[in-house]
Amino acid sequence: MAEMIPIKERMSRSPRPMPEQEVKERVRNFDEVPLGYSKEDAIYEAQRCLQCDPPSCVNGCPAEVRIPEFIRKIVDEDFAGAYLEILKTNSLPAVCGRVCPQETQCQMACVLSKRGKPIAIGNLERFVADWAMKHNVEEKHEKVKKSGKRVAVVGSGPAGLTCAADLAKMGHDVTIFEALHKAGGVLTYGIPEFRLPKRIVKHELEKIKKLGVEIKTDIVIGLTKGVDELRDEFDAVFLANGAGAPQFLNIPGENLNDVYSANEFLTRCNLMSAYRFPEFDTPIKIGKKIAVIGAGNVAMDVARTALRLGAGEVHVVYRRTREEAPARLEEIVRAEEEGVQFDFLTLPVRVLGDAKGNVVGMECVKMKLGEPDESGRRKPIAIEGSNFIMQVDMVINAIGTTANPIVSRSATDVRTDKRGYFIVDDETCATSKKGIFAGGDIIRGSATVILAIGDGKRAAKAIDKYLSEQGSKDH
Amino acid sequence: MIGGILTNRIIYKKELAPGIFLMDVEAPLVAEKARAGQFVILMTGEKGERIPITIADYDPKRGTVRMVFQVVGKTTAELSTMKVGDTLYSFVGPLGRPSKIDKYGTVAVVGGGTGVASIYPIARALNEAGNRVISIIGAKTRNLVIMEEEMRSVSAKVVVTTDDGSYGKRGFVTEALREVLKEEDVKKVWVVGPAIMMKVACDVTRPYNVETIVSLNAIMVDGTGMCGTCRVTVSGKTKFTCVDGPEFDGHSVDWDEFLNRLNRYRAQEQLAFELHKRRS
Ligand SMILES: Cc1cc2nc3c(=O)[nH]c(=O)nc-3n(C[C@H](O)[C@H](O)[C@H](O)COP(=O)(O)OP(=O)(O)OC[C@H]3O[C@@H](n4cnc5c(N)ncnc54)[C@H](O)[C@@H]3O)c2cc1C
Ligand code: SF4
Ligand code: FES
Repeated sequence: MAEMIPIKERMSRSPRPMPEQEVKERVRNFDEVPLGYSKEDAIYEAQRCLQCDPPSCVNGCPAEVRIPEFIRKIVDEDFAGAYLEILKTNSLPAVCGRVCPQETQCQMACVLSKRGKPIAIGNLERFVADWAMKHNVEEKHEKVKKSGKRVAVVGSGPAGLTCAADLAKMGHDVTIFEALHKAGGVLTYGIPEFRLPKRIVKHELEKIKKLGVEIKTDIVIGLTKGVDELRDEFDAVFLANGAGAPQFLNIPGENLNDVYSANEFLTRCNLMSAYRFPEFDTPIKIGKKIAVIGAGNVAMDVARTALRLGAGEVHVVYRRTREEAPARLEEIVRAEEEGVQFDFLTLPVRVLGDAKGNVVGMECVKMKLGEPDESGRRKPIAIEGSNFIMQVDMVINAIGTTANPIVSRSATDVRTDKRGYFIVDDETCATSKKGIFAGGDIIRGSATVILAIGDGKRAAKAIDKYLSEQGSKDH
Repeated sequence: MIGGILTNRIIYKKELAPGIFLMDVEAPLVAEKARAGQFVILMTGEKGERIPITIADYDPKRGTVRMVFQVVGKTTAELSTMKVGDTLYSFVGPLGRPSKIDKYGTVAVVGGGTGVASIYPIARALNEAGNRVISIIGAKTRNLVIMEEEMRSVSAKVVVTTDDGSYGKRGFVTEALREVLKEEDVKKVWVVGPAIMMKVACDVTRPYNVETIVSLNAIMVDGTGMCGTCRVTVSGKTKFTCVDGPEFDGHSVDWDEFLNRLNRYRAQEQLAFELHKRRS
């Protein structure tokens, strides 16, 4: 093992930033913005780690990644070993290294964050995963005996993929059913290329297929096949269909021609490659001045995509302030750098159109912050008489998504809450019906990739246990 | 999917009329679940668009789904050049809610253009449910009239119209519908065809206070309620055509908004079609 550098030096070093594409360049392409660490960068950053015991960073990680252990292996230049260390608890490190909100998870929990210099755990995770991809590092699996049990997984997002991979490793026969023509869930249709290149998602999918998992695309569970049928044909079912239904503000003018949901805008661009129209057939429109409603990650993705598609001006319209914005700070900063303008304390009340249905403006009202509400955030209150018209020719709604009832409608006796999310046991992800489990956004509402992965892992364990119990009963 | 349970192979193809094609696709899972009024979404190739097409017929025994389409843009043009034995890149369904079929008494079904193919399974189901089905089918001119025989086999009465009078009655289906409403005690009407025709048909039935069901041909992407591009205002409320429809009460649809939304990508669609024609 390589020597760790002296503590004093570890404490005095500044975090190593990850190089990024120049702003001027990147707003004109869809290439990834952060360029990744070099080997030297990674080692330099890894050497700062104090190797705490117990490590507080791990408490901040929903997947409990073995953080000091993998960082230690980077110091030793054992990058393959570091990768395998992460894989023990997180099946998608190349994805998580890029899209996890580390600043509110592991990095916030890192002891060094008190000094404002948390270890760049996300950057290190990404480096390790990319290195492993480039060097074809493969996990060695002990050959497990086939259980002869068949499991159906609904949805191929991070929850479904993780659960499928884990179950396959345990010897079960897994089939994923995906409604779209491409697998990956939000990783494929939602998160843009410049934040998560699709070749990475493809690589992860290939790995999972190599485990023997079959992915059947073009099958809408609830229409092509019902959950009840899956329950009959398979020994267990995992529902991971995400929370894909777009919400709207329900204000007048929202169905005018150039009002998009974030899902439509991003799906056209990412899943259908509309940014390469007419080489690809799916079109997308782009306004001269666009209002993006909402200030979450999705809104940032939409705003930055719109800029890259050639929008003249992009405004993020949000009813609270920058402090309350749910997007990762990093994404807000990048959006600002790229020229996205932020209209805080502003609430749209009406979209205005002409006779042909084209958007010609959006009426908004100014807000101020009042007392904190249940969520602890200060409640925005409209300032009377402050209405004004924003001159925009396109509006993209990124205020969130909710449960799509297609799957639950076909699942007799699987209980959902009022909003249509499946109700599950926290520990096992088991639903109210025996043999049916659920996880990811469809039990939490729009959440995060890592929470979906965590659910997939817990569900796989519980399903394995369930299947073995079933097995012993049957025989 | 190739080698999976969905084969998506074209097993039969016929040009019903100039530019109007019938195609049978092998898709056992879709065929098993399909009902009148539902649709599929297909892609011809990896770079293609996802387009919705109404299910014109289905045969669960053979595992096939029939569709009828007219060449109106790049994707339908490409589809029309695909041959028996070729495989569609993507084919998913059945999507949307099936038609509500009940015993109503005398009913009228109206189909314009390729809408005739979409109205056929509805007419058949209505006939099987014991209704007296009056069918009105129309086209621009004689050689574009499709599926007349099939319609006759499930209808008590068939009225054919052509815009130019080259066959059947001269004029639009909507005028023929007015005549039928005058003469018969029609309990319910179904209309499938170009949006403007459905809108006019609703104007025709409104004074008679007859419930009129239309099948909206909205622009779609996923077809499963994920993108919202197919939104339509019905009775003042936003609905998603792909999951809440495609059939709606025509008297409650905001037609002007719907017609506007159909034109959203007109310029791009024309460009793609032009480039396609130049290449082929
Ligand atoms: C634009 C955008 C940006 C985001 N950015 C981040 C980020 O930076 N960091 C982060 O941690 N999280 C982010 N998220 C959230 C994160 O992507 C989700 O929490 C996560 O993907 C949820 O995973 P899942 O597996 O539960 O569902 P999903 O990823 O939604 O996958 C569900 C899959 O099920 C399929 N499906 C749905 N219905 C059916 C059906 N009836 N039959 C068959 N298949 C069906 C869907 O097509 C989809 O492929 C973002 C989300 C979006 C939309
Ligand atoms: S808390 Fe920070 S310094 Fe301590 S082990 Fe974790 S990453 Fe390293
Ligand atoms: S087509 Fe996407 S929601 Fe209807």
